[in-house]
Amino acid sequence: MTTAAASRSLSSTVVSARARRGWGDRLFRGLARGAALSLILLVTAMIIGMAGAAMPSFRAFGWRFLYTSTWDPVAETFGALPFVYGTLVSSLLALVIAVPLGLGAAIFLAELAPVWIRPPITFLVELVAAVPSVVFGLWGIFVLAPWLRNWVQPALGASLGFLPLFQGPPYGVGMLAAGIILAIMIVPFITAVSREVLLAVPNTQREAALGLGATRWETTRIAVLRYGKSGLIGAVLLGLGRALGETMAVTMVIGNRPEVAISLFAPGYTMASVIANEFTEATSDLYLGALIEIGLLLFAVTVIVNALARLLVWSVGGAVKQVRE
Amino acid sequence: MNRWLAGLLCSLLAVLGSGVQPVAAQTLMNGAGATFPYPIYSKWFDEYTKVDQGARFNYQSIGSGGGIRQITARTVDFGASDGPMTDDQLGKAPGNLLHIPTVLGAVVTTYNLAGNPKLRFTPDILADIFLGRITKWNDAKIAAVNPGVSLPDQAILVVHRSDGSGTTYIWVDYLSKVSKEWDAKVGRGTSVNWPVGLGGKGNEGVAGQIKNTPGALGYVELAFKNNLPAASVRNAAGKFVEPSIETTTAAAAASATNMPADFRVSLTNPPGDHAYPIASFTWLLVYKDQPDETKGKLLVKFLWWMIHDGQKYTSDLLYAPLPPQVVKQVEARLGEITYQGKPLLAAR
Repeated sequence: MTTAAASRSLSSTVVSARARRGWGDRLFRGLARGAALSLILLVTAMIIGMAGAAMPSFRAFGWRFLYTSTWDPVAETFGALPFVYGTLVSSLLALVIAVPLGLGAAIFLAELAPVWIRPPITFLVELVAAVPSVVFGLWGIFVLAPWLRNWVQPALGASLGFLPLFQGPPYGVGMLAAGIILAIMIVPFITAVSREVLLAVPNTQREAALGLGATRWETTRIAVLRYGKSGLIGAVLLGLGRALGETMAVTMVIGNRPEVAISLFAPGYTMASVIANEFTEATSDLYLGALIEIGLLLFAVTVIVNALARLLVWSVGGAVKQVRE
Repeated sequence: MNRWLAGLLCSLLAVLGSGVQPVAAQTLMNGAGATFPYPIYSKWFDEYTKVDQGARFNYQSIGSGGGIRQITARTVDFGASDGPMTDDQLGKAPGNLLHIPTVLGAVVTTYNLAGNPKLRFTPDILADIFLGRITKWNDAKIAAVNPGVSLPDQAILVVHRSDGSGTTYIWVDYLSKVSKEWDAKVGRGTSVNWPVGLGGKGNEGVAGQIKNTPGALGYVELAFKNNLPAASVRNAAGKFVEPSIETTTAAAAASATNMPADFRVSLTNPPGDHAYPIASFTWLLVYKDQPDETKGKLLVKFLWWMIHDGQKYTSDLLYAPLPPQVVKQVEARLGEITYQGKPLLAAR
């Protein structure tokens, strides 16, 4: 539609040039359309292929797969609840830690920091984003987990131990360690993208707020953050996406126990981890099917979370428009 | 410029020429499977190509499950597995698959206790710890077989493998044999539904977890115990035996007298005074009737080399060599590998 409208407004010389190169345009359009279609085909093919391989598990367990929590490869009884729970809780925990940190760092870098300090810090943030996850995992085993076990968890247990969240023996590894590792991994993403969003806020916004006598904090809150809200939510979602799918680092510190436990000290398990852990040695069709069904579930959870987030962005975007009007 | 180009072209041709010649005479053998013996297999493939210039190997350590699937689908020339194939799996294969034992691996019990005392365990104690029955280090059962060791009033943190693995198979196969309750409640497999404990990824994950957690206990391959202590375990003959390359080979030697013809045997808890009870073969999977004469000949030649000359490389990598009795038995088996009914070993 827009292409047609735009082409109508073009001058006659361009139109004649277009006519001469008509086949080129058509070729380009065809290629671009093909590229877009191939993406859709790819996703469809993936879903069909996975659903086919997961068939033995669908047949054997049906909906029970979603709400039971026994994972017994020997007896071939499989339930995915602990993995779904572990993925959601560890990612949520990561967001709780990473969002304030990431946004705070972005606001500092975009609004408050002295200009000379911005490039080196930005560079460092991007450097952390490039560290491979297995390195985070190793650091998690050898540094983070002992630190949590010896210092953080005893302190949390002593001060907040009345909450079910902080009860049980301190192992070091577990849901808390996984959440912290994930948070560290997604902070740079959130910071880097949020910073770009904040930098894209037009200066007139800030000047207007300052002109009305707003303090620096008020300017940032009203004129900058509110303006960039949908972009900032996008940044957080990008982080969430990475947290949901992260495999290696989480596997190394979460304790890999398929159990639904309220306490953050308890070990857990995630969908991505169990696939990575058990896929290579899964010999029977049913076992393999159950693992592939977990893959489908992870796919579904990611789609649902992203859809919810999209809705959030839309509703927020609408609100911003109203404010601007 | 021209001369430079011509020179480049000449050297290119020379490289191509020299490259083409051996490639034409070389046969590439594709294999896939177990990760546990991967270090020794890659050493063997490397050493063997020095002996036989015509052989090249491509081995993908994708895990025993993958190895079984690929050899069943005939996408590889040989498979490798840490656990014997089940009758069901063998039935699905398009031909008669042979299990060829290659080396032995042992699984050791390791732990983190203040002062690194040398500990001894009975099969009952190990089963009870992994069933969650024994939860404290100063349990009366542990104290009874470890006189003189001061055991702390500390919780035992069990650490097991989180990834499916042949190491786990050996460990739970042993527990299934020594404890009826384990056999009924948990059973054997490359991954199981653990009654207690945390999962660490890979041998290094388990070893790391134990090293970092006072009071932890778990199992790793002999080759991975590093400087962690390894417990002696009471074997079927009632003797406490320390895990080592010699006691692992002794486990296979003790089982040699009643070795089944297809080598699909579990070596855990064998008879014999010197046998370390938690040990196992790892196998290569090959078709009895080879579909390709050249490849079949090469495979048999390699397997022959492997069970003889190849065995001397095992100890450096902390695998236990096959005992002589078993080598004899494997020799006989290699003679049965055929191409269209003709034995390939005789044509060696």
